[in-house]
This record gives sequence, structure tokens and C-alpha cells, in this order.
Amino acid sequence: MKSAGFRYHDPQRIDDLLSLLGRFEDAKILAGGQSLMPMMNMRFVQPEHVIDINGVQGLDGIHADAAAGKLRIGAMVRQKTLMQSAALRAACPMVPQAVAHVGHFQTRARGTIGGSLCHLDPAAELPLVMLLHDAVLTVQSATEVHQVDMADWALAYMLPAISPDEALIEVALPLAPGWTGSGFVEFARRHGDFAIASAGCLLDVDDRNIIRRAAIAVGGVAQVPTRLPEAEALLVGQPASAPAFAAASDAARKIDALSDAYYTAAYRQRLAGVLVERALGQASKGTDHG
Amino acid sequence: MDDIRHIALTVNGQPVECDTPVRLHLGDFLRGILGLTGTHLGCEHGACGACTVLVDGEAVRSCLMLAVQANGRQITTIEGLADPDGTLHPLQQAFAEKHGLQCGYCTPGMLTSLAAFLRDTPDPTETQVRDAISGNLCRCTGYQPIVEAALLAAARMRQTEGVR
Ligand code: FES
Ligand code: FES
Repeated sequence: MKSAGFRYHDPQRIDDLLSLLGRFEDAKILAGGQSLMPMMNMRFVQPEHVIDINGVQGLDGIHADAAAGKLRIGAMVRQKTLMQSAALRAACPMVPQAVAHVGHFQTRARGTIGGSLCHLDPAAELPLVMLLHDAVLTVQSATEVHQVDMADWALAYMLPAISPDEALIEVALPLAPGWTGSGFVEFARRHGDFAIASAGCLLDVDDRNIIRRAAIAVGGVAQVPTRLPEAEALLVGQPASAPAFAAASDAARKIDALSDAYYTAAYRQRLAGVLVERALGQASKGTDHG
Repeated sequence: MDDIRHIALTVNGQPVECDTPVRLHLGDFLRGILGLTGTHLGCEHGACGACTVLVDGEAVRSCLMLAVQANGRQITTIEGLADPDGTLHPLQQAFAEKHGLQCGYCTPGMLTSLAAFLRDTPDPTETQVRDAISGNLCRCTGYQPIVEAALLAAARMRQTEGVR
């Protein structure tokens, strides 16, 4: 027996889930379980109540809401499903490539988008991708529903902007964001490990090869996945080519980076610069990458 | 006092009904309560892949799922991979021929993972096979014979499919 004892709840409706969350002081939501289960097995966390949301109806679809211009993704959509969704690929071409880095195929069969966003590991791929695409998250409690921009989601290291009585219900992406190219690269010692650093970029380039809009984010470098507005601003109005990418790369290196027992802040800053440059290179070649 | 639930599931084609403490993970349930000790537990935090079983056909880590979550599901463990008459699964046969195992600790997880992988990817490249087993640690073989066995089994399975 690995986990400490807890009371188990398996609501079938969102309302029941929210009323359980409102009632208990010390409850944990069990989504795909690929982070929470290890932590419970090792007894790093010992919740009094575990609320399993795998049976909750209405959390597992991906659908295009043309009227709102949004692609709506249920919080319980599995990572494997994200990789296979043509609708998601159309709105966010980097998803198959980025999610292929999440764990292994066996963990992607269980792991969910909502679980990944709420766990908020600084090096996780899905928070980075959602930050880059200006996703909007729907968060609900028994009494209230509100939207949180992905830019406001990460409050601090592994701390998302959600209170204990709330659940993440849905992630919405712009349906037709109009980017002409995207790139995603990461650096890890072994396949399937959390990356030491990762970078994602989106470019909107006009037919004279001038950058109209740019989005750049890095993961694993700082306490939370981070957009780089200075580097983005440097690109706008410039030709999409090596000198502009080098300037953005230099700006990326100025990020306030994490230092831990394995890698120094200086090393992470260097990686941020290199990876941003590579991701921009991919993005300038269009959206049609592996 | 432990919270207990009654669950009903199918394990290797057999219906099973019993009580389980809710905090028991599926791997411990299969081994400790059902006595199916073919499923191995290495790390119990999702790193090694030894505990892999099929849940409704998907390869998943049984240490990262609660037994209660298997209620109503179809589970296949290593004990259910061979035919009922004892004929080995093509993967098992190829592992035996190609020396795809030494101590055998990782083997149940390798076989269940590869069974799911080959169903979805019947004609894999060597790189795809290596990627598929990248979440399964083997401390003995050096992986080379495992990759060879997987490719051999895939070729044989494609042939039998063709004959049918
Ligand atoms: S025992 Fe489950 S992954 Fe190691
Ligand atoms: S055969 Fe010993 S761990 Fe793989």
C-alpha cells in the first residue's frame, strides 16, 4: 500500500464535482494521475479527499465554436487525443510536436491537458504552448465561473491562479490565430525527461518577409513558463531572417533564470538564447514542420 | 479505517468482482489481491514502465492508476497475452528467440507496451520501436535484442494478417 489513506469520490457531473470541492478543506482533484499518483505513492502529498474526475461528463471534448472564434478543449482531454486532433492541429500546429515530448506514450494515454496546466511544472510543454497561443482558461466553483488569461495563470513556481474550491473546466484557443509559422524546440538529457529548457515561437510574416507579429515563450528557464515581450518587440517590423533572430536570441538570454543543483542560471540563459533562435528558424520556414 | 469500494472488471477475459481499498493502485491490486504477479513493480512512480498493463487496449502504468478506477474496464496483463492454449504471443516468441530478456524484470512491461504499440503501428521503423520503449527501463539487455525481437514479431504479425 503506497498512498496514505484518503476518502475517494467519483462525481459524474460538473455540479457534483464543484459542490464536493466547496465542501472539503483538504481535497485533491485526480485527473490523469501522471503527476498526482507518483506524489501520493511517495507520500509527498496526503490529501484527506481524492476527487476523481475521470467520470465527470462534459470535460473531454474538443470542438470548434465558430461563433466565438474559439477552439474549446475540455480539461480532461488526454494528451494522446491532443496529438491526434485535426481541429487542434489546425489552430495550433505545434501541438503534436510539443506533446510528443510529454512523458511516454503510456503516460500520454492517461495524462490530460487540464492536469498539466494545474500541475504547472516550469518545464512542462503544455503550459508553454498555451501561453504562446494566448489561451483562456475557464475556472469554476460552486458559486462562480470566470475566465483566466494564460498570461495570468502562473502566479509562482507550480502555483496556478486557481483556488481550492475551483476546478479548471475548459481551455479555449483562438480558432484562426493567423500565424504564418511556428516552431518548438527543447533540450533534455534523455527523451521523456522534463526538458532543461524549451522554447516556442509564433511568427506572422507578410509577403515581403516582414514580421507583423511575433510570440516567443521559454519553459524550464524561469520559475514559470515565460513570454519574452522584449524579444517579441525586437522582431516586429524586421525581415524574418538571421540578424533579427540573433537579436531576439540575445534578448532571450537576459531572462531571470532558475539555478538549481543540476544547472546554473547562466547555463539556462544560454540555452534560452540558443533554443529561441532555433525555434524562430523553424517558424520562419512556415507551419509545415514535423 | 480504510475507505473500501466494491469493483467489477474484466481481467484477461475473466469477470472479476471484489472489494478494494481505494488507496490501492492497480498494480498492487493485480499482484496482491488477484495474485497475478506477472505484472512487475519497479519504481511505483511512473519512471520504469515495468508495471505496464493494457486498460481497454491502452498501455498504461498500473502504478499510476487506482484499482477503483479500473471498475468497469477490460484489463490485460502479461498473463493474458498468450493464447488460452498456451501458444505464445508473437512478441513473446520473438523475445525468446532473440534473447530479448535476461532477468525478466522489465519484460512484462516491454511486452504489454509493444503489444499496444504494434497494434497501432504494425510496420514500425527501428527508430519508432526505440521511441516506443523509451519509457521502459531495462538494466540487462542493452535494448538491442529487444528492438530486434520487436521488429521480428512485427514482421511475423504482418504476415499472419496477410494470410487471414
Ligand atoms: S512501477 Fe510503474 S512505472 Fe515503475
Ligand atoms: S531483462 Fe533484466 S531488466 Fe530487462
